[in-house]
Amino acid sequence: IKISLVCASQPPPAQYGGRHTVTLIPGDGIGPELANHVRELFRFCCVPVDFEVVNVDSTMASEDDINNAIMAIRRNGVALKGNLETNHNLPPSYKSRNNLLRTTLDLYANVMHCQSLPGVRTRHRNIDIMIIRENTEGEYSSLEHENVPGVVECLKIITRTKSLRIADYAFRTAREKGRTRVTAVHKANIMKLGDGLFLECCKEVASGYPEITFDSMIVDNTTMQLVSRPQQFDVMVMPNLYGNVVSNVCAGLVGGPGLVPGANYGEDYAVFETGTRNTGKSIANTNTANPTAMLLASCLLLDHLKLHAYANMIRRAILSTVTETRLHTADLGGQGSTSEVVQSIMKAVESTGPRTLSL
Amino acid sequence: AQDLQLQLHYCPPPAKYGGRHTVTLIPGDGIGPELLNHVREVFRFSCVPVDFEVVHVNSALETEEDINNAITAIRRNGVALKGNIETKHTMPPSVKSRNNLLRTSLDLYANVMHCQSLPGVQTRHQNIDIMIIRENTEGEYSSLEHENVPGVVESLKIITRNNSLRIAEYAFRLAREKGRRRVTAVHKANIMKLGDGLFLQCCREVASGYPDITFDSMIVDNTTMQLVSKPQQFDVMVMPNLYGNVVSNVCAGLVGGPGLVPGANYGRDYAVFETATRNTGKSIADKNIANPTAMLLAGCMMLDHLKLHDHASSIRNAIFTTMNENRLHTADIGGQGTTSEVVQSVMRIIQSKGQLTAEF
Repeated sequence: IKISLVCASQPPPAQYGGRHTVTLIPGDGIGPELANHVRELFRFCCVPVDFEVVNVDSTMASEDDINNAIMAIRRNGVALKGNLETNHNLPPSYKSRNNLLRTTLDLYANVMHCQSLPGVRTRHRNIDIMIIRENTEGEYSSLEHENVPGVVECLKIITRTKSLRIADYAFRTAREKGRTRVTAVHKANIMKLGDGLFLECCKEVASGYPEITFDSMIVDNTTMQLVSRPQQFDVMVMPNLYGNVVSNVCAGLVGGPGLVPGANYGEDYAVFETGTRNTGKSIANTNTANPTAMLLASCLLLDHLKLHAYANMIRRAILSTVTETRLHTADLGGQGSTSEVVQSIMKAVESTGPRTLSL
Repeated sequence: AQDLQLQLHYCPPPAKYGGRHTVTLIPGDGIGPELLNHVREVFRFSCVPVDFEVVHVNSALETEEDINNAITAIRRNGVALKGNIETKHTMPPSVKSRNNLLRTSLDLYANVMHCQSLPGVQTRHQNIDIMIIRENTEGEYSSLEHENVPGVVESLKIITRNNSLRIAEYAFRLAREKGRRRVTAVHKANIMKLGDGLFLQCCREVASGYPDITFDSMIVDNTTMQLVSKPQQFDVMVMPNLYGNVVSNVCAGLVGGPGLVPGANYGRDYAVFETATRNTGKSIADKNIANPTAMLLAGCMMLDHLKLHDHASSIRNAIFTTMNENRLHTADIGGQGTTSEVVQSVMRIIQSKGQLTAEF
């Protein structure tokens, strides 16, 4: 099978006088307020990006809203989104909107880069792990049935094509970023065919990258190692569910869900969001949410659009603000508010000199 | 609705042969044999009225004869202590995991792991006291996989109402027995709506029969994140097989590592004890550096199960004294002690308490 992949899709050609149009899906919970802060910051820094806002109502049973959002992303090629809530009380025919979006657009690689931030006090230091998680199959196939009453079968699908694809993505990213080791996380001693196939595909791809060390680790041992010695990991590649768990563990290790951005890449599209995909319902509209993750996600977006200067400028300002302990939000143990943090970031950007709007 | 006549702990087999119990011992691979030898040493030294019937299982063979012998022995004796049996990846997929075969054949439906912070072990988190109850026979470990289309593998995760009700009943009954106040169900029902949805529903049904115990639920990704930031919030946790695997390993890592925590597998008629994180420890086998704590504590759990509480307490206290006061630590918890030094220390402490012991 000849797989021709492009690591990150080419950004859409900038039109309308050099300005990009990006789809924005506010989502639920803290999504809308954080999306507003992103827009505020971009407008302040004169970033040449216009947002096309598409609202998706997660309480409706019809899939019209999410289909509109998908169409908008096909049109623009890039999106920034908040998490869409999946209400457990709705019937099982109601599929997760986030999952629908990922599978329809074939955003096969979820990339999360967990790094210890200097200003955030955590129990572990010097963590620098890149997690590459298969994003479209595995346990998230949404294929379940109840042939016999009281007995449910959930299908976990692993295919050769997608496993090769995600492994290739992982190794190519590792090479690009100058990483030296890729670890495949699996449970092939139990799921011999499924995870066995995944592992085999990773080994095949690894043979084409001799400069990168490849090893594998069973998921239970991995999570135990992560909580005792996370510094040993470099790049990790894994199927969907293990990716979910491992990325949440790593996010917890570097300081929590408010700090880590995440990116979903496909061949033609890219969607950026917070790494751990939380809705944050309980803290919505209380001005206490940590905007760091969403703002860093928007920097990833700018990098994707090749607007590196803007990305670096905003990222520098965010990192300088996060080292300021008195501005830490509640999730980091502080008492700062979301708006204070955003204001501080804007001030930091202004002080570095480039053209900005008035504060 | 089925009438679930379950007993939390089955009655141990009547002690025969002059008041001595016979327990099946499966050495397993890696560090299993040496650790189990130490258990036997300590038991013999403390004059514990237990005789071990050793059954070897060769994990390199493809036939299931060995494991079937072991299962028959456990059916006969009712109780077993085992090391982990390696599952080689290089063998064909038809060779099922021996440990899994044992658990499912004997229907050891509840895997119980009690993670507690030990005062003598330095860890990043303190005051952890979590009881993890993991469904042990179905879920993702059904070993049902097929490849209908070349290159497309379907692994079946099975969740049944019966097994979910059963494990939830076990969890709540154990919580009540131990005076615990909160049970948390861990799931991923937003994605696996029918499967984990059924599990969650069963837990809720059972919870309604225990109004004195608070019941809540948490999605597995949030759970693991909470565990690494604030593990003190958890009390008793109940979950399907795979999440149980991950969560118990995270908790074991938080309290000090795989060398410290014992695990128990309970069924209606049988009980099998082992280390909680089921490691073979191949790389440290026969080097006298493995931590014997987990296996010795598993032996104590077994003694409690056989209602030999005095012996269990005496050995357990000796282990904790060695760990917390003498601070004799093996390499996995940052010390330089050897396995035999730890075991000798345990035996010395038992002797110093004045009980009847064999010659040193």
